[in-house]
Order: sequence, then C-alpha cells, then structure tokens
Amino acid sequence: MDKILRIDMGAEGGPKTTVTELGEYAGFGGRAMTSAIVAKEVPPLCHPLGAENKLIIAPGLLSGTIAAMSGRLSVGCKSPLTGGIKESNAGGQPAQVLARLGYAAVVLEGKPAGEDLYKIMISKDGVTISADNGLRMLPNYDVVAKMKQEFGDKICCISIGPAGEMKMNVASIACTDMEQRPTRHCGRGGVGAVMGAKGVKVIVLDDTGMTVRAPKDPDKFRDANKRFVEGLMKHPVTGQGLPAYGTNVLTNILSEAGGYPTFNFKQGSFDGASKISGETLVELEKKRGANPTHGCHRGCVIRCSGIYNDKNGNYLTKQPEYETVWSHGGNCGIDDLDSIALLDFLDDNIGVDTIEMGATIGVAMEAGLAKFGDAAAAISLVKEVGQGTYLGRILGGGAAIAGKVFGVERVPVVKGQAMPAYDPRAVKGVGVTYATSPMGADHTAGYAVTANILKVGGYVDPLKSDGQIELSRDLQIATAAVDSTGMCIFIAFAILDQPETFQSLLDLLNAGYGLNLTADGVAALGKTVLSIELDFNARAGFTKEDDRLPGFFSTERLAPHQVIWDVKDEDLDKVFNW
Amino acid sequence: MGPYFRLKLPIHSMNITVKLFATLRSGRFEEGGLDLDEGATVRSVIETLAIRPDDAAIIFVNGRHAEPESRLSAGDTLSVFPPIGGG
Repeated sequence: MDKILRIDMGAEGGPKTTVTELGEYAGFGGRAMTSAIVAKEVPPLCHPLGAENKLIIAPGLLSGTIAAMSGRLSVGCKSPLTGGIKESNAGGQPAQVLARLGYAAVVLEGKPAGEDLYKIMISKDGVTISADNGLRMLPNYDVVAKMKQEFGDKICCISIGPAGEMKMNVASIACTDMEQRPTRHCGRGGVGAVMGAKGVKVIVLDDTGMTVRAPKDPDKFRDANKRFVEGLMKHPVTGQGLPAYGTNVLTNILSEAGGYPTFNFKQGSFDGASKISGETLVELEKKRGANPTHGCHRGCVIRCSGIYNDKNGNYLTKQPEYETVWSHGGNCGIDDLDSIALLDFLDDNIGVDTIEMGATIGVAMEAGLAKFGDAAAAISLVKEVGQGTYLGRILGGGAAIAGKVFGVERVPVVKGQAMPAYDPRAVKGVGVTYATSPMGADHTAGYAVTANILKVGGYVDPLKSDGQIELSRDLQIATAAVDSTGMCIFIAFAILDQPETFQSLLDLLNAGYGLNLTADGVAALGKTVLSIELDFNARAGFTKEDDRLPGFFSTERLAPHQVIWDVKDEDLDKVFNW
Repeated sequence: MGPYFRLKLPIHSMNITVKLFATLRSGRFEEGGLDLDEGATVRSVIETLAIRPDDAAIIFVNGRHAEPESRLSAGDTLSVFPPIGGG
C-alpha cells in the first residue's frame, strides 16, 4: 500500500492513469488520506460536480492485513450536499482488496468531455478503463451481476446506481459485501453524485494473485491482533449484543429514553417501536430461515449484520441497520418491517443514503405529500427518486432542498445534511456533534450516544447540557483517528471501556508500521485530521454560524421529557479548542 | 413535643410496570405489571426477577436513567436493558 492511483477522467483522448508515490501523504490512511488530499488539491470554492473536485477512495492504515475489523473504506470529496469537506466510509470487501492491490488511494480527477459512462478494472495486472454505456441507469444489483458475468466471481465492486448518475445530493457509493451484494454504502454527503460527475459507474477490484499485507513486525502484529480480538469478544456489546441483535437493538432503548425522533422530529418516542425493534427483527429473520449474525467483510469478528428474507423465505436485503429502520420507520410513523426492508433494498439498489432518504420522506410527509405511517406512499416516493421524475429529483436533493421546495419549517439538518436517529434535545452530546462536525449532522463523527444513553465510556446525563462539549470533543478526536485506521467504529465500545483493548489497537499500528505511537499520538492524528477538515470548510466559506442546530430545536419542546436544545452557542464554539 | 405514639402504618403495596429487553426477556417476559412493597428499589425488582446485576446494565425509570438504589413509586415504568450498543 505504497502508491496512489490517479485517474484523470478528463484527459484528452480519454481517461488516463498515473501511479505516484505517497510523497507527503505517507503515514495517512482512510479518512486522514481522503481529507488530506481534498484539502490540499481541491479548490474549496469549486463546484462539487465540476472538474476541479476530486473523489478519493482510500483503505485504512490497517486494511488488507490480518487485523480483525480493518475493512472500512473511506471516500472523500467536496460534498454536493453540504458544500464542505466530506468523508464517508463503509464496510464490505473493497478496502481489503484495494489495500492488497497496493493502493493507499485511488483519486478520480477531472471531468469527461463526452457522455460516456466508464467502468474501471483494477487487478494485479494493472488498470483498464473502458466506456460501457450498457450500464447506464442500471441499479446497483444489476451492475454487480453484469460485472460478475464479465470478470468472474472473485471480484468486488464500488458502484453507483441511477441516483449517482443523476448526480443527486442523496446519492451513495455502494461497496459489495462477502456475498458480492451491493449492501454496504458510503452513504453520506452525496459522494455518489461526485462519482457520477466523473462518469464512473463502477470500479471492479480483483486481488487474485496478491497476498495479505505484511506488517513490519509479524510476531508482534499477530500477538496484538489476538489480544484485540479477545478484547472485542470479552466486551458484552461487541461480543454479545451486536452479534445477537445488530445495530437495530437501539430502537427500543432510544424510544424508551425519549430520544427517538418520531414523525419528523415531533416527539421522542414511538408507539410502534417494539414492532420494528432489533428483538422483533431478529425473531422474524430466524423464522424465515435467514442468518441474523453475519459480517459485512472478511475479518469481521463482531458480525453485527444479518440477512433479511421476504415472506417466502427469499433474500430481500441485508439486515436493515438501526438508522435505516429509524429513518424509514419511526421517523415516518411506519411500523412494518417488510416495508422498511423493501425501502432498504430500494435505497441500496437506486444508490441513496438511507438516512438522508428517510429524513427527506419525513419532511415530505410533514408537507402533506403523504400521510405519516403510509408505507405504500413512502415506497412509491422512493421509486420516483430512482426513476428521476420531477418529484423524485426534488426528493433526491435531500431533506434541506425538499423542505425549501415544499415550505416546511421543521427540517432537521445541519450544514444541509439530515440528522440521524437521535434527537439532539434528548441526547444532547450527539447534538453537539451534529452542530460542530465538519461533516454536517453525522452521529458517527462523535457518537456521544455511548455515554449519554448506553453507559459505555462513562455516563453524561443526556437531558442536561453539562459535560456534552467535552464528551463530543473527545469522541470527535478519537473517531477521526479510528476512521483513518480502516477499523470499524464499533471497536469503540470495547476500547472505550477496556484500556488493554485500546493498547492492543496501538500495538497493531505500531507493529504494522514500525512506530511507537502512544494514546497521545492517536489523539494527535485525530486532531490533525479535524484541523485539516475545519480549515477546508473555513476556506469554503463556513463560519461558526454554520455550527448551529435549526431554530425549532430551541423552541419546540420534545415529549416525553419536554426538553429543548439549550447548549449555548458560545460553548459550541469551544468544541475544537484543544 | 412530638406525638406520644406513632401509628404503625401497614405496608402498602404499589404496582409498577416492568419492561425487559434483548436477552433479559428469555425465560422472563417483555412487559408486565408487578406488585411491590411501597418504597421498593430497582435492585429489589432485579433480584426478584433473578437478573444478574451485571446484566442490568442500563436502567430507566419513566425514561430517565436510574440506579439500582433508585426508589420506585406507584405507577412507575421500569425499563431494564443488558449491555447493548449499535448505531
């Protein structure tokens, strides 16, 4: 993983590849790599869909090694949704395969002059780029099926669906999982639209003939990985809760805690929560003969995903994640798992972010386009997005755009990006993250739900503003570092509670790269990444006034606890004072 | 001067709602009413239901975080979760 592949899609005579050394980007991986390249090479005031923007695809520092959980792929660019810097990451196979092929990053640059749609094939034999207009407007599952026919069943794919080709703000980039299904998405920020603007439909990867990446010190690395895995297995969340119930185990607890945004952020708990909860979902999956404990990439030991079969026992989609069950479920007043699972499949196939899509449908329901709870109407609206009807195009613009078009005040966005499944009034730590993250409203950027709700890594009362700034700051720093390693963020449950497991992660990095990193070194990496991102956003025109939640959170009380958003603006401005 | 004698009040019972989640349901129940002595604590409910203390990782009373020592009142809803996480 010592080179960068650059593909100039706008070169005269057709796309042109260049392979360069890492140079000044040495030592960076994942989010650190994508954000460093964007900040250095993309003019902050450029149009996100223009030739000057770049799409950077980077495995993490530990991806491609034997280290468990190291399969996250980061994608970065200037975001069409937020107008700021974006890093969105996903699981699936591509991070491991790209790393084993030796690439620390693939950079798509320029803009094709013509209308051709391209596929890119990367293997040990090199890179081939060819126009393939037969792929035009194909949904993700069909694209992958075609690529398997053409390149065999050892491949994995990074692709966009029709939403990416239509350059919608909600467009995602799909990564295939172990079964070569396009179920793991870099969802947030409209990264799929940037790939569409580069004219790239799919990147096919095949690491046949390549070997697992060798660490600097193999013995120490093996030992560190053993302790790391033991730590993950020992912790009740990563060893038991997540494997058994998946992420959707959160539905009941957030609804019980009064922090579950319901009916487009009108109330904090949902009467139908039990019907769509993780407990119910897993029972249904088992009854229909599907596996509720399944990894999204080889080397995952937590296995929080699963398979969702339809009523006839046939595969419908992967186990919908908590955020998806919320966005299309409780947020829209829908309490039917089959409808939510179908929406999950449609989102994956069309290639849209399930959070932004569900939040947008919630805003559309608020506007009266459909009634809350009307699952058939929600399905029909998402299909319109895939078809690119005029209404579909508006909804494909995301929650902020839809809110403006339909005259809705209650639009839950920060920096133009929809909030996920935790109401900031009742989970105030994550509210601080929504407000201040350079990514826009993003729970993963500083997942204060841990200490606010789950009592992992300490406890900070979710209903009070005390302590939330420090909590969000520390988590945002740690997350920026973890997002650079290729590690799944769910390792955080174990490393926050168990110092010896955190040490084993440090040992993996040190044995892998011949370093002597300490905890301070990891924090320094996180601060570096955040500083790079904040600087880009400042140059793109963002000010502290962009680090605020929409006004209705400060005026409308949230039931059942009757809380408002009351973290002070001047305190929000201190989040990045370290 | 205090009263010469204090009436010994009978111990009143009170009814609360208990909700259990994830693994705590197995061999128990999802939701049910429970009669308790007035002034009973969360811990006493956890012991009554034979839940190991470590398994009662996250406790809510009426949607607010509570501790094993927290006292319950008539009409309360007690929700108990094992260690879980997601996102």
